Order: sequence, then structure tokens, then C-alpha cells
Amino acid sequence: MSTEPYDAALHAHGDTHGHGSRLGYRVGSLLAIVLTVVPFWLVMSQSGPAPGWMAAVIFALAVSQIAVHVICFLHLDTRSEGGWTLLAFLFTAVIVVITIGGSIWVMFHLNTNMMPMPGAHMGPVR
Amino acid sequence: MTEHAIDARGARTTWHLAEEEDHDHGGNGATVLGFWIYLMSDALIFASLFAMFGVVSTSYAGGPVPREIFDLKLVALNTAFLLASSITFGEAMPHMEAGRVGPTRFWLAITGLLGLAFVGVELYEFSHLIAEGAGPQRSAFLSAFFTLVGTHGAHVTVGLIWIAASLIQLGQHGLIQPMKRRLICLSMFWHFLDIIWIGVFTFVYLYGVIR
Amino acid sequence: MSDSLLKSVFGRLTWESFPFHEPILLTTFIVVSLLGLGIVGAVTKYRLWGYLWGEWFTSVDHKKIGIMYIILGIIMLLRGFSDALMMRAQQAVAFGANEGYLPAHHYDQIFTAHGTIMIFFVAIPLVVGIINFVMPLQIGARDVAFPFLNNLSFWLTAAGAVLVMISLFVGEFARTGWLSYAPLAELAYSPDTGVDYYLWSLQIAGVGTTLSAINMVATIIKMRAPGMTMMKMPVFCWTALCSNVLAIAIFPALTAAFFLLMLDRYVGTNFFTNELGGAPMMYWNMVWIWGHPEVYVLVLPAFGIYSEITATFSGKPLFGYSSMVYATVVITILSYLVWLHHFFTMGAGPTVNSFFGIATMVISIPTGAKIFNWLFTMYKGDIRFELPMWWVVAFMLTFTVGGMTGVLLAIPPADFVFHNSLFLVAHFHNVIIGGVVFALFAGMTYWFPKAFGFKLDEFWGKVAFWGWVIGYWIAWTPIYVVGLMGEPRRVHHFDDTSIQPYFVIAAIGALIILVGILGFVMSIVMGFVKRKQLADTTGDPWNGRTLEWSTSSPPPEYNFAITPVVHDLDAWYDMKARGYERPKEGFRPIHMPRNTGSGVILAGLALALGFGMVWYMWWLAALSFAGLLVVAVGHTFNLKRDYFIPEDEVTRTESERRQLLAAGA
Repeated sequence: MSTEPYDAALHAHGDTHGHGSRLGYRVGSLLAIVLTVVPFWLVMSQSGPAPGWMAAVIFALAVSQIAVHVICFLHLDTRSEGGWTLLAFLFTAVIVVITIGGSIWVMFHLNTNMMPMPGAHMGPVR
Repeated sequence: MTEHAIDARGARTTWHLAEEEDHDHGGNGATVLGFWIYLMSDALIFASLFAMFGVVSTSYAGGPVPREIFDLKLVALNTAFLLASSITFGEAMPHMEAGRVGPTRFWLAITGLLGLAFVGVELYEFSHLIAEGAGPQRSAFLSAFFTLVGTHGAHVTVGLIWIAASLIQLGQHGLIQPMKRRLICLSMFWHFLDIIWIGVFTFVYLYGVIR
Repeated sequence: MSDSLLKSVFGRLTWESFPFHEPILLTTFIVVSLLGLGIVGAVTKYRLWGYLWGEWFTSVDHKKIGIMYIILGIIMLLRGFSDALMMRAQQAVAFGANEGYLPAHHYDQIFTAHGTIMIFFVAIPLVVGIINFVMPLQIGARDVAFPFLNNLSFWLTAAGAVLVMISLFVGEFARTGWLSYAPLAELAYSPDTGVDYYLWSLQIAGVGTTLSAINMVATIIKMRAPGMTMMKMPVFCWTALCSNVLAIAIFPALTAAFFLLMLDRYVGTNFFTNELGGAPMMYWNMVWIWGHPEVYVLVLPAFGIYSEITATFSGKPLFGYSSMVYATVVITILSYLVWLHHFFTMGAGPTVNSFFGIATMVISIPTGAKIFNWLFTMYKGDIRFELPMWWVVAFMLTFTVGGMTGVLLAIPPADFVFHNSLFLVAHFHNVIIGGVVFALFAGMTYWFPKAFGFKLDEFWGKVAFWGWVIGYWIAWTPIYVVGLMGEPRRVHHFDDTSIQPYFVIAAIGALIILVGILGFVMSIVMGFVKRKQLADTTGDPWNGRTLEWSTSSPPPEYNFAITPVVHDLDAWYDMKARGYERPKEGFRPIHMPRNTGSGVILAGLALALGFGMVWYMWWLAALSFAGLLVVAVGHTFNLKRDYFIPEDEVTRTESERRQLLAAGA
């Protein structure tokens, strides 16, 4: 490992950015519109399934729309910035889940162990 | 210019590379990555606000509940404005890459107008709610609602200021490298705000109405 | 002038806001003002304002910013430590009939200020300062990724510190403990300015810390020298990376919690109130989502400092480099899963408490692995016991005890006994002093010659060392004992006179620590006096292993005339071992960022905004907020942000350096 004058990694500078790809935007826009219209229609027409299922459906649609936006509009892929943007995104996603899920878990747990308070209704322990 | 030294085993070792290219400042450098990391931290501020909202989302304190105060038609209109602005920003970017200043400014201006409409509708909604007595002081639920949606709206306003500054600077400098870099960051910021809005309209408005 | 006019100009600021009736504060104020006037006078007399402004305040050089962070940290250490001495003095005498010399409301401000200052304005600036100075040199970079942002981050931190210091003489500081728990910190229970000072100063400083963390992460990812893969990066840079990633992940939670508390206090929302559905425990939840990982934000770089010093002074590569890296990454993630152990007694059920209890205990495994790595690095090493190495050994002994008591506290049933006791206070001082503070002194001693070109005075350095180590143990062992007996924290007066001896011993310990602090200041002063004898002409006074030792001491503003290529983990050791020769020619003009005053101006406006909001001077707040917007946007219109150092200047600097080296050899 003593000679490496032409190590490719040494010369890898700069990244190419796909911030101008028209096709990606078009596909993304189409999907985003569909994924926005469907949950609004489901809720506003009140024609969807029971509330529990309905919630599951709209959250699933939201997660898929977020994925569409991140991939088609923010151009997140495994290659950009040597994979660091993807890593940062995944790390953030984990932290977001811990922050929101953890806080709600902790606080609901607290409330079920407290005496019931008028006007402060909380859901059951999940 | 490349420096060499001979090590114990007689092999040539490179200690320095010729610096034709600038290692530190070339291309978009660290700006795009740095801005991405900033967006991640901003996403975590929103995560905290979502967590707050989630915890007190049913703490109505005898006050109004979502079904009574949320006008989904208005929310749908607002969502349409913001989504459309994301799409128009997408139209600006290929022009920017190609260095066409005119069309870039045009689409950027359209994006700004749609964003302005979004903020306008939101302010209308807020003033309407406050006039009805459903202001942020009424209950923890309403505090969290106003704060989460309002913080998003404040971000959109910052985006509008940024768009205005960019329109001026594009006129001054044209599409030089620093301007391209800034527009890439601005587009990331704008799309990011649209992503946050997906969470808002799903978790706050739609889920609030059906629960 | 009419009352309403006075009110609209000065808000709630009146003559009564100034503590003329408190002799202790008044004396402090007079002493501080005289000192301040003396410094301002001296700077004016020697015509240093231009030099300070041009070379330091507006500088975007990471080395100068790092040094300014460290100076800020040391000044605030003196403030935070005088708070500590006052508390120890009060608790040593306030028994039975004796009420002590501090009124309760003053004592409460002191313990709040002590905690707030020590974490936010001592530990964070010192850690950030050392990272700022060392990390770019270690990765072979010429500056950080965003030099202007770095300057702005520093000044925002400084503005937060200034706001805290203002609260000493204008109005009051918070009396709510260093995290200002709700609902006590709500307007209904803390109506005066204390909590507002607290919130605004930490919010302003917090923005600075977040921006700085983003900057450091981008620097480490994008600006490493060619050949330096992630697994060839010095451990200190790895710990700096993980620490700053963690800071980016947690500061948003603190910012959000403070923001919501501000809304409660200014707008009348009901997030953490007791009324209308508010959830006070959610505030605890959010601040501890920040608070626990923050401990690791501070201690991970400390571990990095110990790793560098152990390897250098053992004359060996670090034992188990990759396990060290993995342990750091694992701690980064695990530290985000333990926050609830700060409020086991909140009332959550056994599922929640046992999850967080077990997660807490699991963290001790990677931490323990690190201790063994340092021990094995020393094992069969050619150990040189110079001053930085002393701190490492003291750390290993002291920190391990703190870790052990931490595992005790991690057990939820035991925590029901220890919660809010002095045992807990002794535990976290044990890990923060033994872990972070010792590392900061080790690091400052180790890298001081790199920053200034001469070593610290050794005799006074040893005084500092023994003062801190002996002082720590004498001050905190008795606190562990009374804590185990059940004495609660934050107590202003005791009825049980039988425990007074413990507090007297603790006060003596604090005085011995004072000797340590003064010893450190003296080691700088005497080092400066004897700088000819202690000078380092080689740039490599400790026979170091990493790239920062390949530059001169102090390094030129561009750090490296030609960016080095890295082949090995211990890059500089490898270069020395394989007969590296300094380039003599072929230098090129070097592209550098230009200094700018925007950072100082923005931070000054942020300070004015905070002060205006604290005192309800709405005109000042509105004006400075508008000013912030205008200056920030205006800054983006300035595209002339860089310049080139001409080739002959680089050649001249480098040849002077070669002559110096030849003369020393």
C-alpha cells in the first residue's frame, strides 16, 4: 500500500446535481397531485372506511407522498454527495420517529397513571 | 507539480497533489450538503412541534374541537397553492441549469406569487379563528395548532423574502455560480416546506376531522 | 414625562430593577465595572481597537475563532465558579439558627446561573473552541466549510453570554434551576425578568451552537485532505463529527421547548401551564430529549482529546481504533434513547421506566470499551508523563467512579430514592468535571504550543492539576455521602446541624479547586513571561502523530501551503517515518475567505432584540428584529467574500519556516 499516485478517490471532487431533471419533476408532480387529492377526497366526501382504517390510509398516503417529494423534488438518491445526504436523511428520519413516537408514548403513559382530570381527555395506552 | 519521496521499501510516495483545482471552494463545495444538514435540523424543530401537537391534540379544555373549526375546503385550496408552487419551482430549475435568466426569473416569480397566496389564505384562516374565539390562548390544542401551522407559515414567509432577494440578485448578476448555488438551496428549502405541509394537512387537519 | 411614555420607552425597566439595595451585587458590579473600565482604557491607550477589530473580531480564521471561544469559556468559567464558591460558602454556614449570608431568592438565582453558565457558556464554548482550532488542522484543511458562519456562531454565543451577565446587574436572573422547568417557569409563578433573560440568552446562543455544529459536520465530510478516508481520520475528528451530529439532532428540541415556553410567557398560550389542557411534563420531556444527549455532545470530544493524548504520549498508535470509532457511533445513537431517566419519578408506568433504565445501562458498555482501549494503548507503550498525560490518568480514575454512580442512578427503583438528591448532583459533577473539564485542561495544555508557539509553564500547570484533582475529590465525596443520606439539592438552609461538617469539607474542596483555576491562569501568564525558554520552533513539541503537528506553531493563516496527501491513520507520524520532505517551491496563490463585520453586527442586533424582549421594550425589539432581517439579507448582496494570498508571500512564509526548522535542528 505504499504507492498510490493515481488513487481515483484522491481526484474525486465535486458532484453532479440532478436539480434540473424535467422528467423526474413531471412524474413527481403527477404522483404528488394524486396523493394529495385522494386523502382530501376520502375525508371530505366521508365515503371512506371507518375512522381507524381511514387514519391508517391517510397516514400511509402521506408517507408515500413524502417519499415522492424527497425522491423527485429533492433528488435524494444513494449517489448525491457521496451518499451523505441519504445518510443524513435516514438518521433524521430515525430521530423524528423517536422524538414524536417517544414523546407521545411517554406522555400517554404518564396520563394513564395519573388521576383523571376533567377536560384533559387522553387516549388509552398503546 | 507533484512531490515525491522514496520510502524504506524504495517505492515512490505522493505527499502532495498538484493544485490545479481548488479543493475547498470549487463547484458547490460544501454549501449544498451544509444546507441539507440545516434542513434536517429544521425538520427536527418541526418534529418537536408535531410531538407537542400530538401530545395535546385532544386537550380541548372544553373549547372548540377540530371538526367545528377546520374548513377543509380552505385547507384544500391552500394545499393546492403550495403544491402548485413546488411544481412551478420545478419548472424554473432546468432553465437555471441551462443559464436562461429570463425564464428562471419568470417561474421564480410565479412560485413567489403562489407562496404569497398561501400565506394570505393562512392569515385569513387565523384571523377568522381568532374572531370566532378559537385563538391560541383558548386551549392547549389550539396553542399547538397555531404554533405548528404558524411556524410553517413563518418559514414560507422567509422563503418569500429569499425569492424576492433572488429575483433582484438575478437581475444584478445573472446566473453566475454563486447564484446557481443559492437557487439550488432555495429550491431545496421550498420543497422541504411542502413536505412539512404534507405532515400538517394529514396529521392536523384531515386526521383532526376524522378522529 | 408621563408614566405611559416612560413605560413605552423603557418597558418594565425602572430604577428598582437595579440592585442598589443588595450589597453583594453592588460590590460585584463596582468591581466588574472598574475591571471593565481598566481593560477598555488599556485597549484605548495602546490603540488596540483597530487591531482587535481587524485581526480578531471580524476574523473568519478558524484558529482565531477557536481561541476566542476558549477565551469566552475561561472568562465565563471564572463567573460560574464564583457562583459555585458562593453556594458552597452559604451551605457551609447556613445551619440551624444561622440563615447564611445569602437571601433565598439570591441563592436560587446563583444555582440557576451556575448551571446555565457552566454548561452553555463554559463547557460548550471550550469544546467548540478546541474543535474549531484543532479539527481543520487535523484533517488538512485551510479553514472550515463556512468561515463567515463560524464567526457569526461565535458572536451569537458571546451575545448570549453577555445577556446572562447583564442580568446580574439589570434585573434578576431566573430562580428556576438550570433547565427552568415548567410550570414554575411560567409567567404565573415567575413573573419577573429572570426566566426571560434565561430563555433569550440561551435561544440566541443555541442558534450559534446549531450553526456551528452544521459547519463542523460539513467541514469534516467535505474538506478532508486527499487520501484521508473516514477510517483514516484522527479519533478526535470522529468524536467531533459524532458530537456535532448529535448537537444538530438535539438542539432543535431545546429550541422548540424554549420557543413554546416563550409563547406561553409572551402570548398566553397553554403548552406547559396547569390550565386549559397544558402539559407541563412535556416541557421536561422536550428539554431532556436535548439534555441527555448534550452530555455526550460534551463528553465525546473529551474522549477524542484523551485518545489523541494517550496515543501521542504512549508513542503507539491508538489501540483498537475501529472499535473506538464504532463505540463513538453507538453512543451517539444510544444517547438519544435514554432521556426519560431524568424523570423516572414523573409517574409513567413500569414499561416506560424499564425501557429507559435498560437503555441507560447499555450505554456503559461502549464507554467501558473506550476505557479499556486507552489502557491497552498505554500497555507496553513508551509512556512520557508530561502534563497532558497526567490529566488523562486522573480522568480514568475519576470518571470511572462517576460512571459507576451513573449506573446506580439508571435503576428506576433506586432512582426513586436518589432523585433530586445531592447524590445526583455529585454524580453529574463527577462525570462532567472528571470527564469533560479534565479533558479541556488536557487539551488546552496539549494544543497550547500549537496555538501560540510556546508551552504552558509546567510548575503552575502542575498546581492547576493537583488543585483540580484533589479539590474535586475533597469537594464532592462529602456531597455523595450526604446525598446518599437523602439530602435534597438546591437547598438554601439546613435544620440538621449534624451534617454541617460535610459541607464545610466540601467548601474547603471548592477552595482547593480555586487554587487549581488560578494555577491554570498563572501557567498561561508565566508561560507568556518565559515564552523564550518555552518556545516551540519545531511545530511538533510532543512528537505528535496527526497532521496539526506538521505545520508551524502557530500555523500560518492558510494552515497548509500545499495540501498534504494522507496515507495512514497517524498521518504525520507516517510522514516523519517515511522521510517526508517539506516542499521548497511550486507554491500557488492561496484562495482565502475575507474578514467581515457582519457577524458582530448580527449578534449585536440579536442581543438588542433579546434585551428589548426581556424588558418589554417593544420598539427596541421591533427595530432590532428589522435590523437583523436587513443586515442578513444585505449580507447576501455582498459577493466579494474572498481574496488570494499571493504566491511570493506564501513562498516567503514557507522559507522563513524552513530556516527556523534548520536553526532548531
